Amino acid sequence: MAFTLEPLPYAYNALEPHIDARTMEIHHGKHHAAYTTNLNNAIAGTDLENLSIEEVMIKGFDRMPVRNNGGGFYNHNLFWDILTPGGAKAPSGELAAAIDAAYGSFDAFKEEFTKAATTRFGSGWAWLCAHKGGKVEVCSSANQDNPLMPGIGCGGAPILGIDVWEHAYYLHYQNRRPDYIGAFFNVINWDKVAARYAAAK
Amino acid sequence: MKKRTFLKTAGLLGTGLLLQPVIGCSNKLLQGHALPAFTPFSLPPLGYAYNALEPAVDALTMEIHHTKHHQAYIDKLNKALNGQAYKGTAFGIAEICALVEANDAAVRNNAGGHYNHSMFWKWIAPTTDNSIPVDLQTRINSDFGSLTELKKQLSDAAKNRFGSGWAWLTVHKDGHLFVSSTPNQDNPLMAALVEQPGTPIFGIDVWEHAYYLNYQNRRADYIAAILERINWQAVFESYTLAIQR
Ligand SMILES: [Fe+2]
Ligand SMILES: [Fe+2]
Repeated sequence: MAFTLEPLPYAYNALEPHIDARTMEIHHGKHHAAYTTNLNNAIAGTDLENLSIEEVMIKGFDRMPVRNNGGGFYNHNLFWDILTPGGAKAPSGELAAAIDAAYGSFDAFKEEFTKAATTRFGSGWAWLCAHKGGKVEVCSSANQDNPLMPGIGCGGAPILGIDVWEHAYYLHYQNRRPDYIGAFFNVINWDKVAARYAAAK
Repeated sequence: MKKRTFLKTAGLLGTGLLLQPVIGCSNKLLQGHALPAFTPFSLPPLGYAYNALEPAVDALTMEIHHTKHHQAYIDKLNKALNGQAYKGTAFGIAEICALVEANDAAVRNNAGGHYNHSMFWKWIAPTTDNSIPVDLQTRINSDFGSLTELKKQLSDAAKNRFGSGWAWLTVHKDGHLFVSSTPNQDNPLMAALVEQPGTPIFGIDVWEHAYYLNYQNRRADYIAAILERINWQAVFESYTLAIQR
């Protein structure tokens, strides 16, 4: 069963001015679409064909086209899901408590996450991951890798992620990656992140 | 090694002359003198207008690429070196690249960024002379069969580099040419990091910042445009220096 590119749960311009409509449209309609197509091509007729995307990423990790495009498919699905216009400024409840336990405060977490996203050299992602038991941890990974893959990042399940490939921000922010990271914090859907946390811990 | 790298680089600091790998030359005049003070790197001028490569590369891309991205690599490299020659011996950017180690991220990334972009501006400089010098054409024919085949290999290497990186045409130490690619700002001078070390004589930047404003996700179109804009005189100059090593 082939993987499909789902439509965004909001309009391309819904995240403006933080993320512009043209970036969203190309990011979803071209980049994410290409990962989806290339993933389906890479697994067609193989032992990976009928597995979940999580299983495909783990079992296909040593096959570069599967690793790259499986990661690209999964990561962008997560990214669209945890973005929203007009979301809360910060998490609440047990996720907020876990972040405080790990980093001392939301601001200290934000600083750590921003640092991970800023210092990832070249293309990649920064993540907030939840370990079994409930501890959260920030890390980053190269290209389309993610912490579900063996030996990548901090392990655990990604519950929040920011795409720091230049295609995610270049049309609007050019070389100013830190401005894009700052803007990202205005469009996080903390309800979705909390739901992922509850499922992962 | 210490004396050799010093001899090559002393006296040329801060000029554009260090853009070429110069290991293998020597300057007897400097032998026996104390090491000179390290001079921080600075942004080399492009040597042509930002719009000179249009429509292949647009002016805004060139300006940001040169004044923001390249400048940032230089600033971070100077910060990482902290006023010292790298490992006490390497003053020139090519020498630094040759000595970098995998876990020395600040120097690896920013020395690579400075070297790669300095060379890239020369290799794609506008020219009215698109002919390939005969010695280089002969070498290309003998190693690739034809210019068409070389361009195909460069194009494939550039397209298939996943994420940010470069595709290269490089002179092996035995003199033959080969095509390869490297991630991020690595390059074939970095013998400790790359599978196939050598001296690059042409490279294509395939970081998205190199083409995104004009081409967005169409990396293949950007690569095709660059391959039609190669400054073969500059590539030949790099080739000549490389085979003299
Ligand atoms: Fe992306
Ligand atoms: Fe670049």
